[in-house]
Amino acid sequence: MTTAERIEAGPGTGPGESLPPLDLPAARTAGCPFDPAPGVERALREEPVTRATLWDGSSCWLVTRHQDVREVLGDPRFSADATRPGFPFLSAGGRELIATKPTLLRMDDPEHARLRRMLTADFMVKKMEAMRPEVQRLTDELLDRMTEGRTSADLVAEFALPLPSLVICLLLGVPYEDHEFFQERSSILLSLRSTREEVRAAQDELLEYLVRLAESKRQRPDDAIISRLISRGELNSSEVATMGRLLLIAGHETTANMTALSTLALLRNPDQLARLRDDPSLIKGAVEELLRYLTIVHNGLPRIATKDVRVGGVTIRAGEGVVCTLNTANRDEDTFPGAGGLDVGRDARRHVAFGFGVHQCLGQPLARVELQIALETLLRRLPGLRLDIPFEDVPFRHDMGIYGVHALPVAW
Amino acid sequence: MRVHIDQDKCCGAGSCVLSAPDVFDQREEDGIVVLLNAEPPAELREAVQEAAAICPAAAISVEQPERV
Ligand code: HEM
Repeated sequence: MTTAERIEAGPGTGPGESLPPLDLPAARTAGCPFDPAPGVERALREEPVTRATLWDGSSCWLVTRHQDVREVLGDPRFSADATRPGFPFLSAGGRELIATKPTLLRMDDPEHARLRRMLTADFMVKKMEAMRPEVQRLTDELLDRMTEGRTSADLVAEFALPLPSLVICLLLGVPYEDHEFFQERSSILLSLRSTREEVRAAQDELLEYLVRLAESKRQRPDDAIISRLISRGELNSSEVATMGRLLLIAGHETTANMTALSTLALLRNPDQLARLRDDPSLIKGAVEELLRYLTIVHNGLPRIATKDVRVGGVTIRAGEGVVCTLNTANRDEDTFPGAGGLDVGRDARRHVAFGFGVHQCLGQPLARVELQIALETLLRRLPGLRLDIPFEDVPFRHDMGIYGVHALPVAW
Repeated sequence: MRVHIDQDKCCGAGSCVLSAPDVFDQREEDGIVVLLNAEPPAELREAVQEAAAICPAAAISVEQPERV
């Protein structure tokens, strides 16, 4: 149905149909770039489980409340298997990416669990905590280089992006010299504007590169993840490459955007910035609060019902698609009083910025270590840090599946 | 207070280890939850309850003692 036809038809009368179907991905307002799109916020307030229309004209349910989002994502009757007919895709590129090479992200148990458990030991809390000295060293080196003889720079290009890229390359055993190659490909894969052809080409190039890398580890094994996945003998080179692609992209784009967007959010909330600077012991909680407040996976998580399930008073039928908006769940006043404000002293641990259920972010212990070190060090070493362009000119990533800023010119 | 874990459900996200490191750990070989203390002292109650509440896979349950 087109927008015009839908307005003509008017809102339905069933449960979850009193608001007109919302177009997804929903557009944000320029003036409030940290807040969820007005459309999804309205749904949270007025009709928390509501109908939505996706970019390709298909319909799905939108689930917005904290409790309901946890229920859906934690319920095995909602499938993440993107090969099921009717699965709701949030972009053409997203559909293409899955249609050709599904990763564990879009599979159900037991296959999902089998693959995930090959990786859980590598990302567990103890291992990631043990990375602190290395992450600190890389952080200091990047800041040394960024500040040497200069008083301004683009924080994304010189700090926020290289840090997690260096770390994930180290963990996977991918040569960092190739970062331009894989960063360009991953931008194409994550852009909401990429065509199917662009996505397919980028995907093929990235996989080809990773297959070659995996093959080379057969000859010259090392202690990093790709090499160990190969020597386990349970996956072939192409399967290892698919897993490597997921880790490589998930491992740098997310933390990079969180680092830059968190810096900007703190600069825009000078009282919170001052609190954090005065008391660095707040950093762990502050990172949880920033994850909640910013929720960079901003278009929501897609699932499909395999049985009829009641969610928030609405019956979702088997075969219907569901999108759970994490950003509205993280702004739900019932769970987070004063949710619209950034409060670095808040206990935000129940946020769902990493998702919920068995697919909850595998890399979260790593992301936490990186964000805590990056932000603490940045604030400590650059006490005069400020935005170097008018706030209105900051290029927000409205066009990307992972929210953030394309660049962040700062001075100190 | 008695804590139960279900290792089959566990997805190794590690949030319990961050909330209550004296009660939960992750297995070296696969990052799956292990219990360090199935009957933690009362002062850890809040931390353990938080761990159960944030566990993404509902793999932790907490049995409260009968109130007297
Ligand atoms: C701030 C940083 C990050 C955020 C906000 C984030 C967010 C998320 C979210 C929301 C999901 C769930 C997707 C779903 O259920 O459909 C997820 C899954 C995943 N993330 Fe992250 N992530 C971050 C960093 C990382 C890092 C550093 C890695 C490192 C390798 C990583 C690897 C993964 C993987 C492999 C999955 C799939 C897990 C599964 O399906 O079982 N992420 N992430």
